[in-house]
Amino acid sequence: MSASTTRRIEFIAVAVIATLLIVVFPLLNSAGVISNFTLNLWGKYLCYALLAISVDLLWGYTGLLSLGQALFFSLGGYMLGMHLMRMIGDLGQYRKPIPDFLIFLGWTELPTFWKPFSSFPFAAAMVILLPGLVALIFGFLAFRSRIKGVYFSILTQALTYGGSLMFFRNDMLMGGNNGFTDYKFLLGADVRDASTQRALFIATAVTLVLVYLGCSWLSRTKLGLIQRAIRDGENRVLFSGYAAAGFKLFIFVVAALIASVGGALYVPQVGIINPSEMTPDKSLEAVVWVAVGGRGTLVGPVVGAIVVNALKSWATRAYPDLWLFFLGGMFIIVVLFLPGGIVSIPVRIKTWWARRAAANAANSAPVAP
Amino acid sequence: MITKFTQLLGAGALALGASFATAHAAETVKVGVLHSLSGTMAISETSLRDVLLFTFDEINAKGGILGKKIEPVVVDGASNWPLFAEKAKQLLEQDKVAVTFGCWTSVSRKSVLPVYEKNNGLLFYPVQYEGEEESQNVAYTAEAVNQQATPAVDYYLAEGKKKFYLLGTDYVYPQTTNLVLLEYLLSKGVKLENIGGGFKRDESGKIIAAGKYTPFSHTDYQQIIAEIKQFAASGDACVISTLNGDTNVPFFKEYAAAGLTAEKCPVVSFSISEDEFRGLPAKQLVGQLGCWTYFQSINTPANKKFVADFQAWLKTTKAPGVVKEGRVTCSPMVLSYVGVYLWKAAVEKAGSFDVDKVRAAYKTGLSFDGPGGKVTTQKNMHVTKNVFIGETKADGQFKIVKSFDNVYGEPWLKGQFKAK
Repeated sequence: MSASTTRRIEFIAVAVIATLLIVVFPLLNSAGVISNFTLNLWGKYLCYALLAISVDLLWGYTGLLSLGQALFFSLGGYMLGMHLMRMIGDLGQYRKPIPDFLIFLGWTELPTFWKPFSSFPFAAAMVILLPGLVALIFGFLAFRSRIKGVYFSILTQALTYGGSLMFFRNDMLMGGNNGFTDYKFLLGADVRDASTQRALFIATAVTLVLVYLGCSWLSRTKLGLIQRAIRDGENRVLFSGYAAAGFKLFIFVVAALIASVGGALYVPQVGIINPSEMTPDKSLEAVVWVAVGGRGTLVGPVVGAIVVNALKSWATRAYPDLWLFFLGGMFIIVVLFLPGGIVSIPVRIKTWWARRAAANAANSAPVAP
Repeated sequence: MITKFTQLLGAGALALGASFATAHAAETVKVGVLHSLSGTMAISETSLRDVLLFTFDEINAKGGILGKKIEPVVVDGASNWPLFAEKAKQLLEQDKVAVTFGCWTSVSRKSVLPVYEKNNGLLFYPVQYEGEEESQNVAYTAEAVNQQATPAVDYYLAEGKKKFYLLGTDYVYPQTTNLVLLEYLLSKGVKLENIGGGFKRDESGKIIAAGKYTPFSHTDYQQIIAEIKQFAASGDACVISTLNGDTNVPFFKEYAAAGLTAEKCPVVSFSISEDEFRGLPAKQLVGQLGCWTYFQSINTPANKKFVADFQAWLKTTKAPGVVKEGRVTCSPMVLSYVGVYLWKAAVEKAGSFDVDKVRAAYKTGLSFDGPGGKVTTQKNMHVTKNVFIGETKADGQFKIVKSFDNVYGEPWLKGQFKAK
């Protein structure tokens, strides 16, 4: 198959899935065919898919195994969460105009840094700015010092762990262990209404399609080529006269932003954000999704995030005592027998088929004298 | 011959009728069980799942509720708070359960609360908590702060203690409890300088936090214990601990190593029950205090029967994942058990499983004689119950040293106690 036909097939597949997600599913939901619960669940999976893409952009495409993507995901969630907390108004448990957890900490007025979050545009801007800034500073320091490989993984893991410890502290005035919950309104609509949840699902699906197309385009540019060159042999890239650090920093920030937007979309659909979302094991979970789906591809992380989480949703209800064995078993099978992940299955079947056909042809061929 | 045939026919008809009858009795009511069966909270929460299944079997064996058998829908919240919200939605929207029994941590309750309010569901919450909440969709069988913390202070005051050190894990339950305790101690005439652990004040000088806090899974208690030792040098001090989970192990080890004993400076812990005790160094804890609305050692026929029935059920149950050896009963388990019976009473009074009707019936002051004595429901969705103070023994049980009868559950305590 030539490159152009592959691209055409990819384009058609993306168009079909995009229409399904953005138009068909929401329509079926408003018609009552797909339940609110299911649509909401899928909205959550799509947010996880964004997180998985951000992991894969670094790990699969650039060779940087970041174990800190959950931090950016949560930061995005927290930024929008602050706005959602402000929108509760005086409908909290204490019927006061400031969030409940501030009252329990003895505050009677809103702390200064909370004030601008009453504005949605500000909160939305912070979803981009804060995680972007954190990624920029951390990435600059890490890449300038040429930290890579396992050291990079450990550092990013420490970063997200540090973040979770900070947010666990009640002194941070970010809700401590309980985080933010009990949201009421977003842009004037009741967050808990089916129509609002549907709109959020559509927003997530649109974001996912745009991110997918963007990353797909990026991988075909010269930058994408350098990205993969860094993955496969960073020293050669350096010797060829490219400043790898700059490219890595760019990709790191882009990945952080994708995770952050995913987190911001996740919070109103799930209804809670708290520091346990940014512990290192959450990052590791995202790495597992990518591995299961197939790293180094863009479909892989999306498939992995959806399959693993759908399995988790189903099994925690159907087999509450055994589901961890299912999940663990699946990871072992993938690691042992499917290093390319789920998306490599068609290719493997094809090569297996071709080899069988070739073997048959060899067998049936007349024996040379 | 013919008589035999008619007999046979009769028997057949009877059997058929009986099978219809069983088919009718097999009509069930779905009940959700929402606890963490995996992850960090599993060690505590699986016990609650077990006791709930036991309770359902006990009720089903006696004919169920309104002629319907209870059909439990067990889901795993996996110590993952967003997953709790998802599972709550699933129970309410997909399985359409009549009621849910579940949650342990405050954060899991906060996570599912909007789901229950949106779908008008009913959640029974069985674990001691900070109060400051009164949802119409949650039945709090849990101990409120005045059913655990303030009785413990009363006990200490009667014992002649003058100095109180407040220590806890940094989250909402200890923070709130200690603020209430601060007000309570001041109202009892304890001087501010005799309350240890430190205070945090806002700009105007008002105290906004009291006590010493450590993160979850904290292990280094040397400095804090040195501080306590100094604080306790006068011999009339005690510690009120809201430390939660595995931090209790290093804390008590260090405490004993520093030469502090229950005689010199007793510690009352609000998060250590018989079940948690199984994972703690028993020797170092002997003589320290616990305060709950139930202890396994309560010496009444009702409790003895409950403990024996539960042990018997453990031996015969085929429910997957139930640990059968070395099991104990504790307050959160009994409050889960009591919750099911209170719900049953409310359903029977309402004559319906409808949440609004059940809630209205629940608020009318229903009583149930449980293993810990009589519990009575209140208008504010909490329950009145007996409070016990127990001294830990080397075998992991508590010797009851004091009891308070019929304590009203009050969730709104901040600002209730005025300093003298």
